[in-house]
Amino acid sequence: MREALDHWDFVIAAYAVGGVGTIALVAWSWLSMRAAERRRDKGRGT
Amino acid sequence: MHGFANPARFLRIARWLTPALLVAGLLLTAASLFWGLTEVPAERLQGDSVRIMFIHVPTAWLGMGGWTAIAVASFIELVWRHPLAAIAARAAAVPGAVFAAICLATGSIWGRPAWGTWWVWDGRLTSMLVLLFLYIGYVALAQAVDREGGSSRIPAIFGLVGAINIPIIHYSVIWWNSLHQPPSLTTGGSAMAPAFLIPLAICTLGFSLLFGGVVLARMRAILADVQAEARLRRKALEA
Repeated sequence: MREALDHWDFVIAAYAVGGVGTIALVAWSWLSMRAAERRRDKGRGT
Repeated sequence: MHGFANPARFLRIARWLTPALLVAGLLLTAASLFWGLTEVPAERLQGDSVRIMFIHVPTAWLGMGGWTAIAVASFIELVWRHPLAAIAARAAAVPGAVFAAICLATGSIWGRPAWGTWWVWDGRLTSMLVLLFLYIGYVALAQAVDREGGSSRIPAIFGLVGAINIPIIHYSVIWWNSLHQPPSLTTGGSAMAPAFLIPLAICTLGFSLLFGGVVLARMRAILADVQAEARLRRKALEA
């Protein structure tokens, strides 16, 4: 006998995992790039 | 290709290409995921849970694509000593690992309504989990080599050897019995209706642009760290 599951709960959970993971990855890579380039430019004295 | 080996030329292109890829990727991904949530019909057998496909499938492809990029860059590094190849391989590792992890998590969430279980130790799921462990091992190895001053050829060899897992993941659903469905998209055509195929294609393009933008951002960050460290070494020698 099949369980009566609300598929939307699973859809929302999957979209939340995918969305949060992707946005965190993009934000981290952008911010760490900017910080690294600032460190390099500060060393150059520019 | 060797024209891009020059870091200055690479930076000139990457400066405008990085934000362009990230913005275009975010817009396309958000629009196609919204389309998948609101416009795509429920599937006959899987119902509404089929919408998970729009995150699961692109992240699975990019999880495998990330390691393929590592293997290609490692090969170029080992054979031609391309100056940016080692940086490109390291830059692809973290986004590849994140997409492999998202693929595993969303696959597990999809498995519960579709198969009645969160996880099974079959060929496809296990080989994908192995890929995630390979990524974690590669990141740890590359960091240890950078910290201890070891040869950059060590992570390159690891990247090439680990590529053996990519065809295993791909053919696992053909070689072994699996709850996971066989590929719906092959060189012979598509078993998917256009109502699902078109948003999936746009979503894959959006995630791919994001992946490209993140790899470029990571390359710029690693290159800036290398340049800053080289300057500190020069100053220490002059003092």
